[in-house]
Amino acid sequence: MVDEKKLTVQIKGIREGLLITLGDGNWPDLESALISHIDERANFFKGAKVALEVGNHVLHAAEMGTLRDKLSERGVSLWAITSNSPKTEQIAQVLGLATRLSVPRPERVVKPLDTNLTGESAVLVQRTLRSGFRLANSGHIIVIGDVNPGAELLAGGNIVVWGHVRGMVHAGTDGNEKAVICALDLMPAQLRIADLIAALPPKKAKSQPEIARVKDGQVIAEIWNYKIEGGR
Amino acid sequence: MTATVVTVTSGKGGVGKTTTTANIAVALAVDNSKVVCIDGDIGLRNLDVVLGLENRIVYDLVDVVEGRCRLRQAMIRDKRMQELFLIPAAQTRDKSSVSPSDMVRLCDELRQEFDWILIDSPAGIERGFRNAIAPADTVLVVTNPEVSAVRDADRIIGLIEAEEKGPARLIINRLKSTMVKRGDMLTADDVLELLAVELIGIVPDDENVIVSTNRGQPVALDPKSRAGQAFINISHRLRGEKVPFLNLEEKDGFFSRLTKILHPGGA
Repeated sequence: MVDEKKLTVQIKGIREGLLITLGDGNWPDLESALISHIDERANFFKGAKVALEVGNHVLHAAEMGTLRDKLSERGVSLWAITSNSPKTEQIAQVLGLATRLSVPRPERVVKPLDTNLTGESAVLVQRTLRSGFRLANSGHIIVIGDVNPGAELLAGGNIVVWGHVRGMVHAGTDGNEKAVICALDLMPAQLRIADLIAALPPKKAKSQPEIARVKDGQVIAEIWNYKIEGGR
Repeated sequence: MTATVVTVTSGKGGVGKTTTTANIAVALAVDNSKVVCIDGDIGLRNLDVVLGLENRIVYDLVDVVEGRCRLRQAMIRDKRMQELFLIPAAQTRDKSSVSPSDMVRLCDELRQEFDWILIDSPAGIERGFRNAIAPADTVLVVTNPEVSAVRDADRIIGLIEAEEKGPARLIINRLKSTMVKRGDMLTADDVLELLAVELIGIVPDDENVIVSTNRGQPVALDPKSRAGQAFINISHRLRGEKVPFLNLEEKDGFFSRLTKILHPGGA
């Protein structure tokens, strides 16, 4: 009998007082087990603040009120009922009882900084693309070398050329207007991004790294600004 | 003896392939090498004219390939140099009369007897060009300091790389130093920056070239001609010698000095 009580009524101390967990069984039995448990150690329970964990039991308002009265008769104040049943919790709330043991402190989210990037794959060509050469890829294209007049580069994504671009380059061939073209020296006869075509005026100034992108429906080539672009 | 096969090509026509071939051949032969030139421009032959050998042609390249004559019979000995030969192109046929493997076979036959085999390639990137570079050990690309010629040279250099005959070496022909100085012509550096290949010669524009071509007397035979000197230098560089590039500043003649005095500041 004692063992059974232990199984059905478990008590432990928590920050907010005592937590009594009720096991399985029908409610009248459990209630009487709890009460007799308290009566056995009336001194211990006197003035205690108790939270009750009822598990799957569905309590009605009357049962809950009766229990609260019985407990308070014994100097025990019931302040919270937790239950797996939303209905029970709702009733507890109506009776002015808490249904959470403590307001869960916002857990400090210590997500590890994910510094491993996946990136996107590109094709790399390390050679000079001379007149008549053509390189087409549905992804990104990187060229280490020059793209000479008469050569063609077509990428579904971005194009990066570590060298002069004097041939025809077309980024975002499948209509991607976010595609960019950057090169150490960008002076192609024609520049295309998505469906837009730009003819660049011949430059006189010394060559500088540039990036071309679509801005307001136009292909714009600008000198690479380390302060802006580097921080992206 | 195992000859080195040198193909002279350009892509664009009219940049001076044939003149270059003739002059390098002459310069090599003057230096006591045994040289044979092959005119690869079947249907539009020129090399015989430039070398002044037109009236001696009996058999040609296509006759050899098609077995109508022996190789020896098609080889025309130069009238000035004992060690210089020409195998002329057929004028009445076209490029398809010869295949790249014919050219390789022909050159292999010639290799044993010569130091140098020079092949004058036709303009273009088709069959004739492929025939000309098929047997090549080294390829010289001729260009002029003009945007269109440089563009074609770039294309040709790419094709030579693709045929694994590279890296090609570059000859910049007909550079006018006065125009370069005025900023009206591409400089040698402009050309090299784009083409990014080894430079083997810069030939200044020289009226003597036209005169000598018309006479069938290559300028390389005239050491006073600046273009002739440039071709001689190329022949030395082909042999692997280090030769400094010509100072292309035109020397002030008496007349030009006089005009300078009369028009100070002008040219």
